Amino acid sequence: MNIVTCIKQVPASSDVEIDPVTGNLIRDGNNTKMNPYDLYAIETALRIKALAGEEETTVSTISMGPNQAVAVLEESLWMGCDNGTLLSDRKFAGADVVATSYALSQGIVSLGKFDLIICGKQTTDGDTAQVGPEIAEHLGIPHVAYVDKIIEVKESSIIVSTSMDKTVEVWEVNFPCLITVDKGIFTPRLPSFKRSREIKKEQIVIKSFADMDDTNEANYGLKGSPTQVERMFPPTKNNEKVLWEGNDLADKIADKMQELKLI
Amino acid sequence: MGKGKLVIHQETLDQEKIDKLVKICPFNAIEDKGNGILDINSGCKMCKICVRKGPAGSITYVEEETIAIDKSKWRGVAVFIEHDGKKIHPVSFELIGKAKELAAVTKHPVIAILMTDNKKLFEEEILSYGVDDLYIYESPDLGHFNVEKYTACMENFIKKVQPSSILYGGTATGRSFAPRVAAKFRTGLTADCTILGMKENTDLIQNRPAFGGNVMASIVCPNNRPQMATVRYKIFKMPEKDTPHGKVHDMVIDFDLKSNMKLLEVKNKPDVIDISEAETIVAIGRPFKTEEDVKLAKELAHLLDAQLAVTRPLVESSGADAKTQIGLSGRTITPKLLINLGISGAVQFTAGMTGAEVVFSVNSDKNAPIFDVSHYGIVGDVFEILPKLIENIKTMKGVK
Repeated sequence: MNIVTCIKQVPASSDVEIDPVTGNLIRDGNNTKMNPYDLYAIETALRIKALAGEEETTVSTISMGPNQAVAVLEESLWMGCDNGTLLSDRKFAGADVVATSYALSQGIVSLGKFDLIICGKQTTDGDTAQVGPEIAEHLGIPHVAYVDKIIEVKESSIIVSTSMDKTVEVWEVNFPCLITVDKGIFTPRLPSFKRSREIKKEQIVIKSFADMDDTNEANYGLKGSPTQVERMFPPTKNNEKVLWEGNDLADKIADKMQELKLI
Repeated sequence: MGKGKLVIHQETLDQEKIDKLVKICPFNAIEDKGNGILDINSGCKMCKICVRKGPAGSITYVEEETIAIDKSKWRGVAVFIEHDGKKIHPVSFELIGKAKELAAVTKHPVIAILMTDNKKLFEEEILSYGVDDLYIYESPDLGHFNVEKYTACMENFIKKVQPSSILYGGTATGRSFAPRVAAKFRTGLTADCTILGMKENTDLIQNRPAFGGNVMASIVCPNNRPQMATVRYKIFKMPEKDTPHGKVHDMVIDFDLKSNMKLLEVKNKPDVIDISEAETIVAIGRPFKTEEDVKLAKELAHLLDAQLAVTRPLVESSGADAKTQIGLSGRTITPKLLINLGISGAVQFTAGMTGAEVVFSVNSDKNAPIFDVSHYGIVGDVFEILPKLIENIKTMKGVK
């Protein structure tokens, strides 16, 4: 069985602000971490590997991003994944969800036969939760989002439970398929120091545009991105505000609440 | 109309300029390859800060011609009607209300699209909100949401009707379904929009919080149709009913509704705490670390008959129940009274609370953005104020 998990390097802190004078984004690009939801995707992949047979199962991780993103692929190997692939090329730059998911789907195809793709339900920087389902559509395979339990791994299908808004649903999905997993499905293991010392260089591969099956540039990066960010702006502010400082603050709150008939 | 690319002018570069450019990029997308070679990698978001703020002429932006689509061939603002087999999700009606406003700008029709195994249950109610056209795919296969079957129907609908825009509720269903349709048509889909507008040229203006939520981004899809967006429940107002006048189109399913997935079981979740319906909410943020801290907030909530809600950091780090999370990735709330305790106010959070009627916020940082969206801001230590406030309210209510 071949499992692929899609992971992403995200900023350690989401504190991005707009410079009020220049309108530029102020962002600390140097502190990064693995997207927290991806840790659950990796853990799920490793648990399924244990169920399906350690010997016959391979867990690959794939990511798209700058070369520094190799760090999250390494972390995935220290957790127990077998190999990692980074898609890095200027032609992938400026990609929105459609172009990102397309590049990842092509990267997955370049790895060979796959049975199951696992993504975290969303990233903490993009926050769209769209990349997983879009990869599935590009590959023409079924998907289940927000999976919170793996119930059974069969020969040619998987049974999962998914947490919808008001219901819990159990689906049986044929391989190959994609699932996105929510926090709490399993507790992610810590990276192993022992494994970190055993990792071989060849276990991480950097692939570029030239390695893709589809070499139509119009499908990647900015060119393959239908959406455009027209502008960024600070959120609107509420001008009718009262700010209290100093003493007797609790009294002021209670009095105001009573005045407004809220108590 | 054009899309561009960044061109690096290697001949203008020296090490100082290279270092400057590497540093200026907020996304680590500019790389020093050594030997005076600079490269841009896939981390690039095309913010063009390197063009505007970098050494002049080192990196330039070159427009490339693209073939413009004929937007006049795509007409209508469509809404995906979501239901659970018994009831239509109210977000669908909220979206019809918004679709009417948007369609008025371009004089397009307002369209509803329904997949069901029993159209009689829903037809009349949809028409009562005043849509111009209702397209129905009815089949015993379409009773419960199946992403593959629904995508097949939507594909048929888009090809036949060519709507300019499609809106989906930002529910678990909508957020799983809409991306598949977007990928199928290689078109834009903006998640969790909080503001929608329409340009006269039929481009949908889609605003959403970006980069974790301290910034709003305005997104358009200028050369692809249909343009699509998801919007969370309760972001837009529930519209008034209208005189039914819409035309019903029963669509022929002459395509395969095959699927590689099978629904085995559906269970209702046990009594969910639904903060989105609560009238009074006490929301707590990062400073509430220990059980003792939370207990204080609970006491206040109990006194006010309020629900206790949390911010995302409390869900991610302290394991608070995600169902009680306010914000873009949590619930949208519309209470009469909201009391924010120790919440700084990232847009991610505030996007979910703009419907609150009266907002009190306590925070020790005078400059915290939460005060910009509060009616009453209280600058002070929440753990000093809270016990006193509880005592005050007890006295007022005559509770011991």
